[in-house]
Amino acid sequence: MADLANAPKPSSSVKLVLLGEAAVGKSSLVLRFVNNDFQENKEPTIGAAFLTQKCNLPTRTIKFEIWDTAGQERFASLAPMYYRNAQAALVVYDLTKPASLVKAKHWVAELQRQASPGIVIALVGNKLDLTNDESTSTATTASAENSSEGGAESNGADDSGDARKVSTDEAKTYADEEGLLFFETSAKTGHNVTEVFTAIANAIPETSLKSARGGAGGGGAGGGGNAAHGAGRSEEQRVNLNGPRDPNAKEGCAC
Amino acid sequence: MNDGDSPPSLSGSDLLPPPPLPPRRIVSSGGGGGGGGGGEAHLQVAPAQSKPTTAVTSIDISTLSFPDGSRGTFSTSGGGSGSGSGHGTPPNHRVSSDLAADSMSVMSFAATLRPPGDLASLITGEFNRKSPAWMLLRSQSASVPPFQGVRLDRVNGLAGFEREFDDIPEPAAQGAANDDGVRVALWKSKMKHYMILSSAGKPIYSRHGDLGLINSSMGVVQTIISFYEGAKDPLLGFTAGDARFVIATEGPLYFVAISRLGESDSQLRSQLDALYMQILSTLTLPTLKNIFIHRPSTDLRKPLEGTESLLSSLADSFTMGSPSALLGALECLRLRKSQRHSINNAFLKMRSDKLLYGLIVAGGKLVSVIRPRKHSLHPSDLQLIFNMLFESGGIKSGGGENWIPLCLPAFNNSGYLYMYVSFFDTDNPENPSSTEPPPPPPPIQEQPPPPGSLDDNDDQIAIILISPDKESFYDLKDMRDKVAQQLTKTGSLAIIHAAAKLGRPQVSSIAPGAQISHFLYKSRANVQFCMPSLEPAFGGGGHGPEKLVARRKLMSLYHQLHASMHARHSHLKVLHCVGEDAASLAWITPVFEFYCVAGPNISRAVMTQGANKIIQWAKREEERLFIIGGGVF
Ligand SMILES: Nc1nc2c(ncn2[C@@H]2O[C@H](COP(=O)(O)OP(=O)(O)OP(=O)(O)O)[C@@H](O)[C@H]2O)c(=O)[nH]1
Ligand SMILES: [Mg+2]
Repeated sequence: MADLANAPKPSSSVKLVLLGEAAVGKSSLVLRFVNNDFQENKEPTIGAAFLTQKCNLPTRTIKFEIWDTAGQERFASLAPMYYRNAQAALVVYDLTKPASLVKAKHWVAELQRQASPGIVIALVGNKLDLTNDESTSTATTASAENSSEGGAESNGADDSGDARKVSTDEAKTYADEEGLLFFETSAKTGHNVTEVFTAIANAIPETSLKSARGGAGGGGAGGGGNAAHGAGRSEEQRVNLNGPRDPNAKEGCAC
Repeated sequence: MNDGDSPPSLSGSDLLPPPPLPPRRIVSSGGGGGGGGGGEAHLQVAPAQSKPTTAVTSIDISTLSFPDGSRGTFSTSGGGSGSGSGHGTPPNHRVSSDLAADSMSVMSFAATLRPPGDLASLITGEFNRKSPAWMLLRSQSASVPPFQGVRLDRVNGLAGFEREFDDIPEPAAQGAANDDGVRVALWKSKMKHYMILSSAGKPIYSRHGDLGLINSSMGVVQTIISFYEGAKDPLLGFTAGDARFVIATEGPLYFVAISRLGESDSQLRSQLDALYMQILSTLTLPTLKNIFIHRPSTDLRKPLEGTESLLSSLADSFTMGSPSALLGALECLRLRKSQRHSINNAFLKMRSDKLLYGLIVAGGKLVSVIRPRKHSLHPSDLQLIFNMLFESGGIKSGGGENWIPLCLPAFNNSGYLYMYVSFFDTDNPENPSSTEPPPPPPPIQEQPPPPGSLDDNDDQIAIILISPDKESFYDLKDMRDKVAQQLTKTGSLAIIHAAAKLGRPQVSSIAPGAQISHFLYKSRANVQFCMPSLEPAFGGGGHGPEKLVARRKLMSLYHQLHASMHARHSHLKVLHCVGEDAASLAWITPVFEFYCVAGPNISRAVMTQGANKIIQWAKREEERLFIIGGGVF
């Protein structure tokens, strides 16, 4: 993340919660986002960890207050405490483990039922580095990105030695139906990690930003978000491998 | 086994029943938590490992003439200061078979010690007498350090100890013919095992080897235990070859320790008790009971998910040798009285209404404690917290602030408390976690040192705030920020840092001229201990295998001394032992327990003199070494 402008911009805090099955890489995504670091053998989170990180958008600064929850079943009952006032949620699955997508869907359903109505939800398939997509899709990065990225991914799934078990298509279709942002990431390489948070920052409705910890406010995840999103993306120096960064995903945003 | 008859003195005179806790919810337990009534639950609790610590106690220190006055105090065992060693097995719980086992293990493992029953006198002298020629030879060099020149690896059976903590490899994918054989051999080569299984025979935990590998061994263990159980004569322990087996039954769970390190039964038992406490800390007692009442064949591994690494780091700290666990006491960071006072005050002043306990801890040593007048903190609970924060990597490496539900079983085994933890960032103590755009990646976190490491200058400072209110995170976070601000402003944080970095003192600076290599001093009234640096004598340089072995040798010697002093009917006050490789001295008064180690050639007189110097130092420094009372609100 580059800090383009040092001039004071309006700044607001956004409470964000990470949910998902144990060991899908929630803490690793946060560690990548906050410290730009990765640990090969990260120990399971106990309870929950609270971290903050700023995200600079062209027009404003978002201060994320991140709740990284434990995925282990025995902590599940504590989750409402963390998502209750959240304005954004990152629901993570491991794209080498189909069961973790099932679990992610449960979380999405629970959020839609119980969290504040305006909550912005992103579905994130993590551990993209374990797939063969890089080889199959580096070539597609330029060409195929604007078309359906799903095609390239599902090809990848057929490759032998590819650990991918959840096709991009399947997850993307589900995300679209439910109006979720959707990304495939690798906390290990850093691929698409900042993008997830930037997209969320952009998707938070202005109205809910006014009251820093309000969380209510539904309404337009609108066009301003998209524009800013584009800008945020261009700041990013990383090579963007086949990221399914479809701005349209935002439109359905849980309102 | 011993449930329910713990002597009242163990709970401390000022300890009232804990307050009711909010009901807990746990998904995996189906039946839900609040089941067992509080009273019932209390009957089931194992005795707290020790007296509450940092409590103001009734012992009247001033009546004792220190240090020589100990001669006059032999007849009593300290009244209010509690007669136990701080361990889980109070003497009156011992059954005779346990006693027999104890002396057996001393006999068979400790070549340098006599069976405690024989030791009626205060000082046994050099009973390990050698030939005149040998005496002559060794007198040539009075200053040989301990554990030199003898192949101790063989003598103490520590050969291979440096590989004790290595993992047993996963089974090869396509079962190579002899693969399992190799893995079983590796498994058998471990000097210490801990296993937990349900009384229905379901494996729950094993320190070494995946449960598949040792399933059959577990089966055997279960069969043996339940045979005796059936005969209404529970099996407490047995010896097979050079391995001692100790078994503890806690409700629906069997705990088994297998040791070739020469620990006594009661020492092993208190280790097993700590593992049980860890399980209760994850589940709470009512939940544990409910699970097994409804389905005795439940696989407990699922509800315990994630606890395994905590059990292992506890187990490894015992296997490495933990003075804190041995003595049932805590170590504090040495600070000037006025400094600690000002830290306590800042801490108390910023106190949130939601707070139950507040702790500041630097590198596993207690810096400051604040607590309600009615409640003390138990060493066994603190052991669990310290283990979670400092020995197992999860929280330390996570960055940010943590909010952790946990049960502190000695405080209240039927409900959860909520623990706020944040490590002070050295550069930017007022910010618990980075709020700036990502800095260049920080230096990659080193692999944590071996488990249970007794590092001298681990200077990580953590603040721990505990509340019964699960919604109080932001209150406690706020308190933390204020405390951090205050401590930074007054310079206290820098002082804590400096003290932690300084590490433990050298013996030579404590008692110049004393030829003592290492000691443990436990203040019984405060349930705290202090010790000098392990470097260089027991450091061996770096984290290498030599260090591991050198420390274990030292800790084994302490374990033997401790076992002899605490063996039933021994009534020992002073014990002096000389072996081929080291001389050691143990000394217990109502005020302190003292253990020290020196080279084999040191005379008893010189050793006693050195011990006296150290004890005088500890008396002089008492208010720096120990937290006396702590901040009370
Ligand atoms: N290859 C690869 N491994 C990853 C990635 N992200 C995380 N991991 C690994 O997956 C394991 C689990 O990661 P965590 O970040 O602890 O997962 P978590 O979701 O926080 O788990 P809980 O805290 O138990 O809920 C760790 O060993 C990580 O190193 C990734 O993008 N690629
Ligand atoms: Mg985690």
